[in-house]
Amino acid sequence: MMQFMLLFSRQGKLRLQKWYVPLSDKEKKKITRELVQTVLARKPKMCSFLEWRDLKIVYKRYASLYFCCAIEDQDNELITLEIIHRYVELLDKYFGSVCELDIIFNFEKAYFILDEFLLGGEAQETSKKNVLKAIEQADLLQEDPAVLEVKMFKIHLPGLSIFILNDKSALQANG
Amino acid sequence: MAPSSVKLQELIRLIRTAKTQAEERAIIQKECADIRSSFREEDPSFRCRNVAKLLYMHMLGYPAHFGQMECLKLIASPRFSDKRVGYLGAMLLLDERQDASLLITNSIKNDMNHNSQYVQGLALCTLGCMGSSEMCRDLATEVERLLKTSNSYIKKKAALSAVHVVRKVPELIELYIPAAESLLGGKNHGVLHSAVVLITEMCVRNPEATCKFKKVVPELVQIMKNLIMSGYSPEHNVGGISDPFLQVQMLCLMRILGQNDDEVSEAMNDILAQVATNTDTSKNAGNAILYETVLTIMDIRSESGLRVLAVNILGRFLLNSDKNIRYIAMTSLLKMVQTDHNAVQRHRGTIVDCLKDTDASVKRRALDLTFALINGHNIRSMIKELLQFLDHCPAELRSDCASGIFLAAEKYAPSKRWHIDTILRVLTTAGSYVRDETVPNLIQLITNTSELYAYTVHKLYQAVLADISQQPLVQVAAWCIGEYGEFLLSGTCEEEKTVKVTEDDMLDVLEMILQSHMSSPATRGYALTSLMKLSTRISDNVDRIRKIVSIYGSCIDVELQQRAIEYNTLFKKYDHMRVAVLERMPVIEKNSQVCSDKSTKVLNDENKPFSLSKPNQTEVKIQNAANQQTVDLLDLIGISDPSSTPVVQNNQEKMVGGELLDLLGGINFGAIPSITAYNKNGLTVEFFFEKVGNNELSIQLKAKNATAKDMKEFILQAAVPKNIQIHLQAPSGSVLPALCSGCVSQTILISNPNKVSLKMRLRLSYSIEGSTVQDICEVNNFPPQTWQ
Repeated sequence: MMQFMLLFSRQGKLRLQKWYVPLSDKEKKKITRELVQTVLARKPKMCSFLEWRDLKIVYKRYASLYFCCAIEDQDNELITLEIIHRYVELLDKYFGSVCELDIIFNFEKAYFILDEFLLGGEAQETSKKNVLKAIEQADLLQEDPAVLEVKMFKIHLPGLSIFILNDKSALQANG
Repeated sequence: MAPSSVKLQELIRLIRTAKTQAEERAIIQKECADIRSSFREEDPSFRCRNVAKLLYMHMLGYPAHFGQMECLKLIASPRFSDKRVGYLGAMLLLDERQDASLLITNSIKNDMNHNSQYVQGLALCTLGCMGSSEMCRDLATEVERLLKTSNSYIKKKAALSAVHVVRKVPELIELYIPAAESLLGGKNHGVLHSAVVLITEMCVRNPEATCKFKKVVPELVQIMKNLIMSGYSPEHNVGGISDPFLQVQMLCLMRILGQNDDEVSEAMNDILAQVATNTDTSKNAGNAILYETVLTIMDIRSESGLRVLAVNILGRFLLNSDKNIRYIAMTSLLKMVQTDHNAVQRHRGTIVDCLKDTDASVKRRALDLTFALINGHNIRSMIKELLQFLDHCPAELRSDCASGIFLAAEKYAPSKRWHIDTILRVLTTAGSYVRDETVPNLIQLITNTSELYAYTVHKLYQAVLADISQQPLVQVAAWCIGEYGEFLLSGTCEEEKTVKVTEDDMLDVLEMILQSHMSSPATRGYALTSLMKLSTRISDNVDRIRKIVSIYGSCIDVELQQRAIEYNTLFKKYDHMRVAVLERMPVIEKNSQVCSDKSTKVLNDENKPFSLSKPNQTEVKIQNAANQQTVDLLDLIGISDPSSTPVVQNNQEKMVGGELLDLLGGINFGAIPSITAYNKNGLTVEFFFEKVGNNELSIQLKAKNATAKDMKEFILQAAVPKNIQIHLQAPSGSVLPALCSGCVSQTILISNPNKVSLKMRLRLSYSIEGSTVQDICEVNNFPPQTWQ
């Protein structure tokens, strides 16, 4: 089970935090500070995993953002990397060549996407299409509250369906 | 009502324009004030926006908890946009231990029955993220009901909420077993994945559930088969692999079901072999599956052929170009080196090659694994590799590598000579990275190898001529030259290139060590004592030694000065005894306490060559101080081995020879009267003092119990004023026998460079007749000699 996920910039600014274990605010801040420091101090040649307390930290840098997850001892680090990558792909499809600014100014959207992809620290949906579909439709509800009362039917946002994820997009990992 | 409310994105932009921390704080304070007043006015129009702003500020590290109640109001709102932000806020701001989270339960319950699946989804997501155990109990049946709906969007979320419920309240497992089983029949991957997670969680927590789910193994095998056999499905394809997330989760569940069960393991055998051989390894996703497969194979009762296959997969991982995969291979091999030693041993070559890896973490793992693979058969070749590695390894690994080599050499050394050579080699290449106990350990090894005295001393002599910067090496060399100098002179070494060494050469080297600016005080101490020892081993140059020793009588280093003066006195007043006193050290028994980290740490700054049995030595000094009112030189020498120096009376009959040079302790100090630090309820704690060096004080405490019952779990903690440093060594025990029939002793070391008056606060705890007693007291009656 993933215990938490942090997104932070190369300058160490926190951009998103998702905690799946109950911790006090003080503890969260302490952990964040410690991990941001540790991860930023790692050299680019080092691998993406490190042991920290009794957890395993899996992190990956995409452009200026670090995606950092804490998983438990029996969890699979490699699939966690895939989960991080999938989340990046989702952000990229949703925002269209996502960059750090998108996540800063639309942080709540970044959370909504994460909550459609992971729940309670586990992946809930393994299909990219389904996650994006759910987000699009929930966004529609948000724009027009009247829809809430109407029976749901499938609508695709015209803009989103034509995005084709390009692996070499802005969020590709550096090095 | 706040006249104008800034939009969220406007606020973020504004905050980002702040150039200093103070500016940012000012903007946020102003905005918080506006938000608070808006909250007070109970105005719903900007509530959603305000909470979103608060969440942004919260992420920047500012307090935002005054928005908690507003989140609850948003959740209760009929608008979807309000609910969405409200639930998000609840997940970020609410802590499951807070009362506010109790108020949310009802809203979640209502929303779980909402007619929009997205509202239901929000409620389930929030429960699965931050639900407390009380919430979980209250909502468990709702979740179970949603597990059985036909809507897969709800089903998958309900299943993962159920995972959270089961984690919080394990006794609710029973409730979900039937529903979870039926979820496996579906086609939707999201639902399947969530169902497998749920079943895994239940099995991990409850062995009975594991038994019940064993019957779904054929179903799991079938799903797995369909996954890998089915053609390309763009929806679930990742780098040519069909749904790696689901595959990994299934393999994980198989591992739990197959543990310690031959029948179940047998049923999975084929599919595991199929996955292990057919998975494409060109992408990370494929390797993730293979890695999980390996873990499963190693954990269940799989056939030996399958296990070899698994280890070979890891062997291939070691050659992978991706450093992450290499790291995984190392950690996994390290885990199975105990159970499948021979299989791992086969990859020794590759593992040793990974020592040259460019990635520091892979290197470290390779080092750990290399040490785990060393045995009596491969020790020579492995250590050879490791010594090469030591030459160019990064500084942070040197000390671990050096101590690993020492341990392995001690355990498997094929010969004494090889052992000594290996340690010397480490000392010459990484001398400054070895631990402090290395020097006494090596000296102990050397003294026990009488047949190699000549060889060793020649080798050390040469090494020191080449490099006198490596302190541990120089110390050992100085010690050996002092002890075995005669072998150096006679040149009786069977080595081919024995150099003729004269008395002056030897003295030159020792003098060079004494004078070198690279020598630490401890090293100088070794050299000086070594010179002194040589005075009985050589014939012509005693006067030169006398001269050098007398020069150090005015050395600025107090320890060295003290030692020089003692030696001078030995020359002048007790010259008839000099030969006996400076006799060769007896063979030193291996003392298990030598390696105890604690004692070395405290004592390593004290300048004491030969202190092989450090803990003992401290005790000796303390007892000396306690027993003797006046301390004279002769008495101190009296701690040498009783058999070799019968002249001196010895009140420490049991001491081994290691303490010969306890002459340093306490020569200038009269004993300090002891005090009673604590005396209450039959428990007495007495302090005995001894000054160690100029600023340090050693306190030997003795605790006694005068009551009729034993005191158990006795723990004493001590605190001193800030500018004093304190170090407590391990106590001699934790039980105080009744009626003073025994005592617990403990050494406290105090370092007081500023000579402030000594005070101490003690916290004592012990249990007597099952009840725990705790007490705190202050000790203010230290004699002034203890700090002046």
